[in-house]
Order: sequence, then C-alpha cells, then structure tokens
Amino acid sequence: MDAILSLEGVGKIFPGAVALSEVSLSIARGETHIILGENGAGKSTLIKLLAGIYQPDSGSIAFNGQAYRPKTPHDAQLSGIRIVHQELNLLPYLSIAENLMLEKLPRRAFGIVDGKALNSRALALLKEVGLDIDPRTRVEALGVAQMQLVEIAKALSNDSKLLVLDEPTATLTPPEIERLFAIIKRLKAKGVTIIYISHRLHEVFEIGDRVTVLRNGKLVATHDLQGLTVPHLVRMMIGRDIADEYGFDASIVPGTVALSVANLKRSAETPEISFAVRHGEILGVAGLVGSGRTEAMRALFGADPKLDGVVEIDGKPVAITAPKDAVRHGLSLLTEDRKGQGLLLDMAVDKNITITDLSKISRNGLINRRAESAAANDLVGQLRVKASSIEQAVRNLSGGNQQKVVLAKWLFRGTSTLILDEPTRGVDIGARREIYQLLWMLAAAKKGIIMVSSDLPELMGMCHRIIVFSKNKIVGDVPRAAFDQEHILSLAYQEYVRP
Amino acid sequence: MSETSQATISAPVSPGRAKFLRFLVRDAGVLLALVLITVFFSATAPYFATSGNALKIFVQIAINTVLAAGMTFVILSGGIDLSVGSVLALCTVVGATVMIDESLSPGVAILLALLACMATGAVCGFLNGWISTRWKIPSFIVTLGMLNMAAGAARVVSDNSTITGLPQSFVDFGNLIIGGFLPSIFLIAVLVIAAGWFVLRFTVFGRMIFAVGTNDEAVRLSGHNPDFYKVAAFTISGLTAGIAAMVYLLRLNIGSPIAGVGYELNAIAAVIIGGTSLSGGKGSIIGTLVGACILQVLSTGLQLLGVGDNFKPIVIGLVIVLAVILDAYRERLLRVIR
Repeated sequence: MDAILSLEGVGKIFPGAVALSEVSLSIARGETHIILGENGAGKSTLIKLLAGIYQPDSGSIAFNGQAYRPKTPHDAQLSGIRIVHQELNLLPYLSIAENLMLEKLPRRAFGIVDGKALNSRALALLKEVGLDIDPRTRVEALGVAQMQLVEIAKALSNDSKLLVLDEPTATLTPPEIERLFAIIKRLKAKGVTIIYISHRLHEVFEIGDRVTVLRNGKLVATHDLQGLTVPHLVRMMIGRDIADEYGFDASIVPGTVALSVANLKRSAETPEISFAVRHGEILGVAGLVGSGRTEAMRALFGADPKLDGVVEIDGKPVAITAPKDAVRHGLSLLTEDRKGQGLLLDMAVDKNITITDLSKISRNGLINRRAESAAANDLVGQLRVKASSIEQAVRNLSGGNQQKVVLAKWLFRGTSTLILDEPTRGVDIGARREIYQLLWMLAAAKKGIIMVSSDLPELMGMCHRIIVFSKNKIVGDVPRAAFDQEHILSLAYQEYVRP
Repeated sequence: MSETSQATISAPVSPGRAKFLRFLVRDAGVLLALVLITVFFSATAPYFATSGNALKIFVQIAINTVLAAGMTFVILSGGIDLSVGSVLALCTVVGATVMIDESLSPGVAILLALLACMATGAVCGFLNGWISTRWKIPSFIVTLGMLNMAAGAARVVSDNSTITGLPQSFVDFGNLIIGGFLPSIFLIAVLVIAAGWFVLRFTVFGRMIFAVGTNDEAVRLSGHNPDFYKVAAFTISGLTAGIAAMVYLLRLNIGSPIAGVGYELNAIAAVIIGGTSLSGGKGSIIGTLVGACILQVLSTGLQLLGVGDNFKPIVIGLVIVLAVILDAYRERLLRVIR
C-alpha cells in the first residue's frame, strides 16, 4: 500500500485524561478513509494533531514519506493538509471571494487587490463545489449549509493533497448531503485523499473505502467498509449492540392539546402558520435548513419578534413577547446553537442547570448552595451527565453531555412543552440514545414535545407526527402511519421547485 | 497551546490537586503578587516598611477601591464604565454644595450630602445602562459620552470653581484613624468591597451578573431579562462613584469640578489586575481590592526608590499590560486543569 499519511504509536495526554494512546494508522494515497467514534473517543484530538493545533506527546507521524511535525495550522497547510473543521472559520463581513482567497489574494501593482481575478477565481472554486451564488455575497448572508460548502471550496483553493472533513454533514439536509457526496467522489477521482469524520453511520458506506474506529482514545480496528453493516460499526464504536436506536414507545397515546399556534406571522413576507402539539406527543418538524423551522420556533418562544398570531397553552391564549413569558407559561426551548445560546460555557454544570429558576434554590435573594448542589447532582445523576463534578465548567464536557445539561436546566425549571431544535446535532450515538430515552420518559409524563431535526430517519423513528416546512410555509402534516422518506422530502422541496 | 503550561502541570492531576491548582492559578496569584511586591519594596525602598507608610497607602487606595468595586460589577456583566471619574467630580461638587448650606445643621447637611452624592451617581449610572441597553450601543461609547456630560455638569453646578468650607466634624471624621491603624476612609472602602463580595457571592442577583457576562443570549433564552442586570450593574457603578465622591470629600475636603480626571482608568486597572476578565463573566471583587493595593504599593514603592514621576507611569503601565497577558495565560492554564 502506498501510504500518504502514517501514524506510529501516536499518543496525546491532557492533565487528567489520556486523549489518544498508541494510535497506529496508515491512510492510503487516494482513498476516502472514514474515522468513527463517539464523542470523546479521540477523533478531534487526532484531527488537531494533523492540523498542527496540538503536538503529539509520543509516537510519530509521516506525511508523504517525510516526518510530519507541524507546529502551527499554517505549517499543516504548507504541507498540503487541509482541514475543514466542524466549527466554521469564515469571516462573516467579508465576501465569499475574499474568504476563499484570503491566503493568496490576487494583487495588482502596489498591493491593490485585483477584484476581477479574485471573483473569477472564486467563481471557479464555487463551481467546483456546486454552489451557484455570486462570490461577492457577504458570508454573513449565507445559510450554514452554504458556509460549509464555502469552507470546502476554500480547502480546495490550495492544491491540497489530503483533505480532512470533520463532520461536514452535521448541519446539512439530505439533498445537500447528496451534493456534498458527489463533490467528495469527484475529488477522489482527481486523486485527493480524504479523511472523513462522521457521526452518521448510514452515510459513510456511500463514500468510504476504509474505516477506522476509535474508542476511549484507542484504535479499535481499521477495516474495509465493504462487507460491514451499521450494527458492526456500532458494536465497534460502543463495544455493545444497540437494538433500536429510537425506541418508539407505542404505549404512549397523545392526549389533549398542550400547545397550539394559530396564524403565526413572523414578518410581512412570510405566510401565516398554524400547528399544535398534544400532551404526550412527539411532533416532528422537518424541512430544509433555512426553511423557516427554527425561525418559527423562535418567534413562538418570543426569542424573535412576531407580527401576529395566537398561542394557546391548554386551550388558554397566552401573550408571549419575550422568552421570559414563554418560560413562565411552561415552555422550554433547546436551541440549535447549543454553545452560543444554550449554555454558560465557562460556568459550572450546577450553575447552568439552576439558571432557569433560581427562586427554587434561594430564599430572600440568597442562594442556598447546598440546595443547589443537591438539585444539580440529582439531575446530573438522572440524566447520566458525564462530568468530573458538578463544579466542572460545561465548556469541558462533550457535545452529548452538554446537551444533557441543557435538558437538565429545563427539567429543573419544570416544563409542560419542550421545543427541541436539532437536539442530537454533534451528539454521539451513545448519548443520543440516552436523549431519546429521556424524551420518551417526558412524553410518558404527558409533556408536549416538538422536535426540529434535519435527520429525517431520526424524526421518522421518534415522532407521532411530522409537520413539514417549505419556504416558511407548513406544507404537510404527516401521521406516523404515512411516514415515507421520499414523500416528506418532496414536501420539503415543494415550494422551492414551484415555477 | 503553550508548551510551558503543559510542562509545569504534570498529568494526570488528581481532583483534589486540580482544585488546589485552580485556586492557586485563579485566586491566589494576585495575592501572591502583592505579597512579593510588598516584600521587595520593604527590602529595597527606604521608609517603605514603616507603619506611617502603610497608613498612607491605606488612605490613598480608598477612593480607587470604592470606584473599582462598582467597576467590577460592570466588567463582570460584560460592560465597561469610562464615566466614573467625572461622575465622581460631579458628585463632589453636588455633595459639597449641599454640605456648605448654612441653613442646615452639620449633621443633617452631611447626611443629605451623602444621599445627594449617591443619588446623583446612581442616576448617571442608570442612564449609562439604560441608554446602552435600550439602543444596543456599546457601553464604551455611552460612558465616554457620560464622561464628558458629567464633567460639564460638574462645572455648571460649581460655577467652575472649587467648593471649600466643609463642616469641621466632617473633616475630622475624614482624618480619623480608628485604633491608630485603620483610617476611616479605608474602612469605608473595605465595607464597600465586603458588601460587593457578599452580593456577588451569595445572592441571586450576583449570580445573574456573572451569567449575563458569560452569555447574555443564553440568559435571555432561559427566561430572564439580561438588560435589567446590565442596567443594575451600571447603576451600582454610579452609586459607588457617588460614595467615592464622599470619600474624596473626606480626604481632600474640597468639591472640585476637575476632580477624578483619569480615575476611571485606575479603577479599570485595579479590576483587571485583580483577575477579572475584560470579556465578562469571570473574576472576583476581592481580587479588585488586591489589584488596587498592587497599584498603590507599586506607585508608593517606586517613589520611595527614587524613580521619577516621569518613569513611574511607564512601570505601572507595563504592570497593567502584564496583568492582562497573565489573564490570557491563566485562562489557558485553567482550561488544562479540568
């Protein structure tokens, strides 16, 4: 095998944790190599070693037959390794073209940027990733999926020999994923070696040649993907079988309407929408990224302004003009941007949990730390949050555990209806299953649950009913008996393909 | 990732040890710095290690400490208050004007002056907070505007002159040294710090100040009104500027429209040296007290060493920059010690 990249006994230790130990791996030139593992398995550390963000404590890495010891991300780029990180690193106030060519802006005399060359080269790169958009558009105007493609286009702008994609599909919808895969295949055909990290097991078969599974910082196995199945991969990742990921509980029968929204109008341009969720019901919300799902939920919750609309809770109309009104009436919102909007990253687990209702752990404005710890410990145990203690800052928790903390803070408050926006994004399969179980527990306790997700199999596995957004409009209300991936997708596209 | 930070803390760290290290890095660092600086000057500077000098330092840090206490609230909540120096000036002339009113008995006049100072400061602070949250303007700009407005108002109120002739009992109290070692105005400063410490550490309000500074959007979506806490923090900063004005009157016995020039920078420096993060959400008011001490010990020590007035600001400026560098470094260290 002609190895482009090989790792020999690579290890990385952080105080208190061994992030990677004795990982030996070689990536063949021109292959698409999948790396799988739960959060905390060591995937991110591995990538950061390749990116020059961390340096290994032991072992060695060779790239193109030479020792590879990048000290900075810039070193990595010079060597021809490009990494598209999960968190996008674009400059929002610059144009797409400027973002793409930032490292080598085409210049004319006196260092003046050559705008024409800039835009024409950017256009060619955008074409390569199938993004049909004016390169002069500012990045802030793009949706997440488009930004992702811009990131990939940027990685292509310097002849990279090895492209590392860290969970590129986490924020994409199925058609966007299809397009990304087509691009990956095209790059592969051009001889680019690709390392592809993902949580979504179903998708890796389509593009991968081989797979490496990490668990607890150790390499479990490297295999040809051919002949493997999802259950095989799951077993390798978590060391045991998972029978049914979602665990649909048919014994739960939805009751009366918990929350209904009538004629909600966000702005003059968007149509009115109406929907309702029952007690004990899990209502799915499907649609493309940017179809107005998140925006509708935020408007309902009072997080963004709305023009008109009636929200009723248990049949009684309530006035919601700010999130505090929604919270007072028993609504909870788990936002799609967990770190930016859901958590106090630098504060401890317990303080994150109790923030929703400090009156429960205080008297006359004084916080009772003992009561706070007890309440937090209780929820941390109940939700099986993995943290060294409740005093640990949530920044240091894995994605799945952070999401559990967000759930815990709403459970602490007590809620009648939960709105969950992409609750399992960036959450590993083990924690994901625990979140599903928790949702079933809440449904059994007669809470109304609204679940927005771009992962259609997840919605079909979890929900009693799915409403579909297309271009800000609710175009379908599909009962479980009629769930069909193609049907729901065609609904999601309906308003966009209309002449 | 800094390599030295990895080398000094060997892995793996036990939870108990991690806690101790965290304490050392986050809280004890500034105190240690203060002790080292004090020891250094005691050994090198003549007259530094005398009780007279210690008293002088206590007297000198009182005003800055009170200002910095309120500033800590603002910076913790994610803002900055550049107006405290001129708000102090405005309060000194308002307070002095009330105090020299001959129709009032001295006791009543002093009490009214105190209330007037606190009210004036609080109103200025409230305006800072209200304007910056209502129109979503960075507090940097709004308080810069207030800096000018309050300075102008101080001139108007005082007719651009210094106000003297404060009641003798008031002047006497300002010179009082309780038990021979505790200047009355230092006691006021310590009481203000103690009150701030209590509020920040034990109350729901204090918790919310930290939370708003950490992530105000998350706080909003958790069902709170973050603007309320931001406005409150600015109001507190104004209030402490009013108290600091009283301390100023006690110490210098004049109300002056040109008092307090540059005080805001000293207050901010004390807060930052004390370990409070400029980006909000992290820090402690005890650190602020230590930070104010460090600034004054440096200033006095350098002076006694014979470092000229021209060089002193250079050294102090360097220390402030160093503190911010250390702050960035501390963040990294803390992230490694989980």
